[in-house]
Amino acid sequence: MADASDKLIEIRDLDYSRGSRPIFRGLNITIRRGEVTAIMGPSGTGKTTLLRLITRQLLPDSGVILVGGVDISTLSQTELYRLRQRFGMLFQNGALLTDMSVFENVAFPLREHTRLSNRLIRHIVLTKLHAVGLRGAADMMPGELSGGMARRVALARAMVMDPDIIIYDEPFVGLDPISMGVIVRLVRRMNDALGISSIIVSHDVQEISTVADRSYLISDGKVAASGSPQELSTATSELVRQFMHGMADGPVAFHYEAPDYEEQLLGRDVEP
Amino acid sequence: MIGLLREIRDSLVEFIRTFGALMIFFLALLKHSPDTLFRRFALVVGQVHNSGTLSLVIILTSGLFVGAVLGLQGYSNLARFNAEDTVGTFAAFALIKELGPVITALLFAGRAGTSLASEIGLMKATDQLSAMEMMAVDPVKRVVVPRFLGACIAMPFLTAAFSAIGLFGAHLVGVSLLGVDVGAFWQQMQQAISPKDVEEGIVKSVIFGGAASLIAVWEGYNCFPTAEGVGRATTRTVVITAIVVLILDFMITARYL
Repeated sequence: MADASDKLIEIRDLDYSRGSRPIFRGLNITIRRGEVTAIMGPSGTGKTTLLRLITRQLLPDSGVILVGGVDISTLSQTELYRLRQRFGMLFQNGALLTDMSVFENVAFPLREHTRLSNRLIRHIVLTKLHAVGLRGAADMMPGELSGGMARRVALARAMVMDPDIIIYDEPFVGLDPISMGVIVRLVRRMNDALGISSIIVSHDVQEISTVADRSYLISDGKVAASGSPQELSTATSELVRQFMHGMADGPVAFHYEAPDYEEQLLGRDVEP
Repeated sequence: MIGLLREIRDSLVEFIRTFGALMIFFLALLKHSPDTLFRRFALVVGQVHNSGTLSLVIILTSGLFVGAVLGLQGYSNLARFNAEDTVGTFAAFALIKELGPVITALLFAGRAGTSLASEIGLMKATDQLSAMEMMAVDPVKRVVVPRFLGACIAMPFLTAAFSAIGLFGAHLVGVSLLGVDVGAFWQQMQQAISPKDVEEGIVKSVIFGGAASLIAVWEGYNCFPTAEGVGRATTRTVVITAIVVLILDFMITARYL
């Protein structure tokens, strides 16, 4: 049983619906301090939505989300923004500010929240860009970058304020194998060297297995399984096995709910 | 019949809700404006350039030809009463009190308003506004207020430029082409136009500028974050601004009579 002080984020009995479609029903997750926690699950299970709930970009219908023991739904905007300064978030598409250069994008949080000299800001920004291998792209504009490069710049921006928690939304999508290997090692190294905590949403079972301390597999609005990547890969549950080994047959249907294929092709499902 | 009444009621409730939200948004912009002017002055100057300087070509070209048409129309009609010397006064009244503020606002909505709405809408659609929120930076303060202020500041200057170049156009046609006496053209204009007329033009340009800017940033900030949503917001910016400007023009004109 983990100590209460080990619990960085606690999600208790979370319910959230989008319109009439329930996304989460009684979700319970604990993110521990100093760990790399992976959130996995089939497409459409609400993994990105969960990240938005954790950062209060969305509010749950019911349930509690505690960050450092504080219920984030009770925070004022000033308190929320103070809390968010402890977060770094890597968006799925990078979300770089398109009217600024790569350098200015990474420098943006520093310019907004600190009074550091330009010389020091330059030093910090170049250090972070070097860590993601893009020091040479400092003067480029976001429109000139490939998808993978944009995500690496966004990663540099996410870590520029030395946050306590870094949240990665699909960090490995669109990266070439070399960049992916570097980023995976960087995530692990930052987590251990700086004593931060990381939450990663990803489909990439292989990469997640090498970097995560603990994984949660979400399905049907709840946690279907949790544990270390090794525990999940040897789990006997059909759903876990299907997801971890990428099997077509299993509890998770590949096809979205639809009328009978033959009936539809022959037009018999259309009423005269 | 009951269905129709219910639809009217729902539309009315929706309109009141949207208008209330717009007013709250407007108050938030006003609240953050002084801080933005002092702390983010460079951003505001940049937006004055975006909304103002970059609109100059269309404003000056349109103003020149509107003034030239006023010169032609004014001359041909006033000549019937042997009053062609007053063509300068006619053009000045039309430009300073009505056409200057109204046409500038409509052109502004088409050039700068659509640019503001689509820029903010695209930032929303590509998660840039969410990223700012996650970096503990309020997008209203950082993105919306500087654009709103920049557009508000630019509008009166654009109106002045439109009216000035319009008078030049009227002078070009009336004096240089059709032979109206240059002394009569300018002197009669100076005698007829009172400070109250100029005030009316200034008041209209400020109010139209505020309305056009507010509608543009509101539509961009509240658009549905998809390509279609941004396109729709851009179109709505032009249509709503045109209607609102013409209604406001009627109200202000009635107030100054």
